[in-house]
Amino acid sequence: MTKNGSSEFRLVGTRPNRPDGLDKVTGRARYGADASMPGMLHGAVVRSPHAHARIVKIDTSKAEALPGVKGVVTRADFPTGLTGEDWDLQENTMAGEKALYDGHAVAAVAATSPLLAQEAARLIEVEYEVLPHVIDVDDAIKPDAPAIRPGAADHSVPEGSPPNVVRYLEFGHGDIEAGFAEADLVMENTYKTEATHQGYIEPHACVGQLGADGKGEMWVCTQGQWYIRRMCAAVLGIEAAQLRVTPSEIGGGFGGKTTIFMEPLSLALSRKAGGKPVKIVMSRSEVLRATGPTASASMDVKIGMKKDGTITAGYANFRMQGGAFPGAPVDMALYCAFAGYKLANVKHVGYDVLANRPKCAAYRAPGSPMGAFAVESLVDEMARKLGLDPLDVRLKNAVREGDKASYGPTFGSIGLVETLEAAKAHPNLKAPLGPNQGRGVACGYWFNHGGETSVSMAIGEDGTATVSVGTPDIGGGRASIALMVAETLGIDYDDVRVNVVETGALGVNEPTHGSRATFASGKAAVESTNQAIKEMCRRAAAEWGIDPEAVEWVNGAAQPTSSNAGKFAPMTIKEIAAKMGSTGGPISGHYEGLPSGVGASFGTHVVDVEVDPETGRTTILRYLVVQDAGRAIHPAYVEGQYQGGAVQGIGWALNEAYIYGEDGRLQNPIFLDYRVPVASDLPMIDTVIVEVPNPGHPYGVRGVGETGITPPLPAIANAIEHATGQRIRHLPISPPKLLKAIKSAAPSGPTLQAAE
Amino acid sequence: MSKIHVTTTVNGDEVEFLTDPRETLLDCLRDHLDLTGSKEGCGTGDCGACSVTVDGTLVSSCLMLGVEAEGKKIETIEGMAGKDGELHPLQRKFIEHAALQCGFCTPGFLVASKALLEKNPDPTETEVRYWLAGNLCRCTGYDKIVRAVMDAAAEMRGAA
Repeated sequence: MTKNGSSEFRLVGTRPNRPDGLDKVTGRARYGADASMPGMLHGAVVRSPHAHARIVKIDTSKAEALPGVKGVVTRADFPTGLTGEDWDLQENTMAGEKALYDGHAVAAVAATSPLLAQEAARLIEVEYEVLPHVIDVDDAIKPDAPAIRPGAADHSVPEGSPPNVVRYLEFGHGDIEAGFAEADLVMENTYKTEATHQGYIEPHACVGQLGADGKGEMWVCTQGQWYIRRMCAAVLGIEAAQLRVTPSEIGGGFGGKTTIFMEPLSLALSRKAGGKPVKIVMSRSEVLRATGPTASASMDVKIGMKKDGTITAGYANFRMQGGAFPGAPVDMALYCAFAGYKLANVKHVGYDVLANRPKCAAYRAPGSPMGAFAVESLVDEMARKLGLDPLDVRLKNAVREGDKASYGPTFGSIGLVETLEAAKAHPNLKAPLGPNQGRGVACGYWFNHGGETSVSMAIGEDGTATVSVGTPDIGGGRASIALMVAETLGIDYDDVRVNVVETGALGVNEPTHGSRATFASGKAAVESTNQAIKEMCRRAAAEWGIDPEAVEWVNGAAQPTSSNAGKFAPMTIKEIAAKMGSTGGPISGHYEGLPSGVGASFGTHVVDVEVDPETGRTTILRYLVVQDAGRAIHPAYVEGQYQGGAVQGIGWALNEAYIYGEDGRLQNPIFLDYRVPVASDLPMIDTVIVEVPNPGHPYGVRGVGETGITPPLPAIANAIEHATGQRIRHLPISPPKLLKAIKSAAPSGPTLQAAE
Repeated sequence: MSKIHVTTTVNGDEVEFLTDPRETLLDCLRDHLDLTGSKEGCGTGDCGACSVTVDGTLVSSCLMLGVEAEGKKIETIEGMAGKDGELHPLQRKFIEHAALQCGFCTPGFLVASKALLEKNPDPTETEVRYWLAGNLCRCTGYDKIVRAVMDAAAEMRGAA
């Protein structure tokens, strides 16, 4: 084990093997599709091939007549009268009057085998009246666009707005016109990003069982078992307490598994089939067509800058579509867009727009990458024009503790400046660049999150500890929580077992989202541990016959605070645990609440690229992630979050996009055509963990999961301009797009200048 | 559709199963033999999560029919550790290097990496990256996976 800086701790900051490692390298770990139950049936879903269509008639008779088919459900099997988000969830689970996107579920069937279920699904006849559709956000916001859901707009939308605008927001401070008047250079440009998918390798899978008595169970791959419970209960009209949801191991989520898709269908089918459990496993094309991609965005940004790089004003006007439902993260995109800059004058305007696409779900720092692409691209363009170093421009305007954030609140302890300085000092900044090569930098931001949290821990008879958490372990959460509990208790890392438990075992927990697991479940686990420690000190005090206040916990043992309190040898956790049955019973601790003290995380990325002038292909030569972790509990998994986030951002910048045909159908619903980065596309991803401890967490944790996906989009666009002279303002910067730009700039053929 | 009887060898054990001829080898491993370590991430041969070897050749088991397994020797992730549970160096190095986050792609990466090192015990970083280009990982950015494979190779060569 190697230490990472923080030498004041015995275990925090070390890199032990993860507790679930053995299960995961031997194939033993059980994911969503790995469970079976006695008498289990298999479900298949019928999906709309149309982007927008009225459902005239669904004939299920042929499917129901097929031997082995045990149940068919359509929207008619769901309760009516839902409103708001519950109605949206139900409508997305199973279309009602209209299919709203290619892939929208319209019926489902359960049968005795997966093949039979698929055969039965093909026998369900759906008659559609195809309606005009709209895909692109700039088309969807036009006044004459096909109206997708009249009446869906909320109170924020001004009278007379186009039909697909469902939410409007406007906020800021200062006087931007006065700010622009002070500037030496004012620039304004439009930027676009396309929808991408979280791309977790594990498709959604569940086994659901629901009886006529309204009691049910579910095994499911999810980031949040309580969210699944609440949402399924709402959609099906059952009581949440009667549904017991057990999370499987999860094969990636990135935000996309914080909501429901086909889970209620397995319960509805089970109820229809006399309470037999029903397993549904999505195919990859179902995942891409019908589960949460991110929003696509069209964004205007205007910035005023003085000759020395001081930003005098910023204006952002973002339009985002998140599918046929309200919920594009235009608010988050705007909050994050200028978050790194100390601005006296800033204004934000946002539109949430409906389009005939799947309902967007959270994707790693939802909204932030889009906002960063727009703002960090324009800042780079302006720094270039003024001949300023892009890192220095960011340092000049960087927010520090006590500054008012662009989106309102005042920052507490933050580490943006530290990441910029660490990036400047990194050897990658001195690497020479050759012909067709360029360097780009950008910063990114995420708030991080606390959220509803319930944790319990118990001391075993042998002095070991069991911790029950409600946040599924996606990227090493068990390891980091075990480290913090062992550190606090003064016992070995291997003497702590962390279990991710089902909905019956704890109070409500929000999912593993918002980079909150190590912060919130970790803080809750430490508070639970401190409760147990207090009780162990009380037991020792009782045995010694002294005041409990005169006992302290040191290195895994109770001891008198001073010799004045009494002369007793330390009583170890093993000794206290061995006799707890006769000294007052089980010793445990628990926490229920909303952990406060969330610490935001900034990051700075530096990328070197080489562009092939003959093909337009961009190769990543070097990649550096610098991010403030607060404190890295298990540095290897912090690095892993930085590297994984950066590579998802690289995919978004260069390759990934939802591609629709004129017919509104998704044209790339398999991994061959929706191409995520592969090992041969990439170099090693260099990381620097900056540690500006978060005073709101007992070990200084901020949360590290999300910020890392944000800077790659602009950093790569900035590097490509440095390499080619071409500024691409519409992602992805795919080879054909870049080649076209290069060729149109140099009609006589590619003649790229040396970058340096 | 009537089922077909298949006899094959999986991880050294002779096994039999009845399969619908439309089922893939992956379906048969998972659903008929309870070997759920091999995963389906795409069903189209693009993600490598279902990687197994058949008579020593690395294949995506989602692209092979179950009936084609007749008389073959199949190795899956479940057969990678020794009989006494001793981990293969690759398995150990994946844990030590934190080369897995969610762990879903891990069995496929391990099977594919083992096939690489049997062919090429001393691969360059580029060779590792290109060999593993058929295995998708969405969590790690591949950095720690490549390091784990290189380190395991060095140990297996006795150079560690």
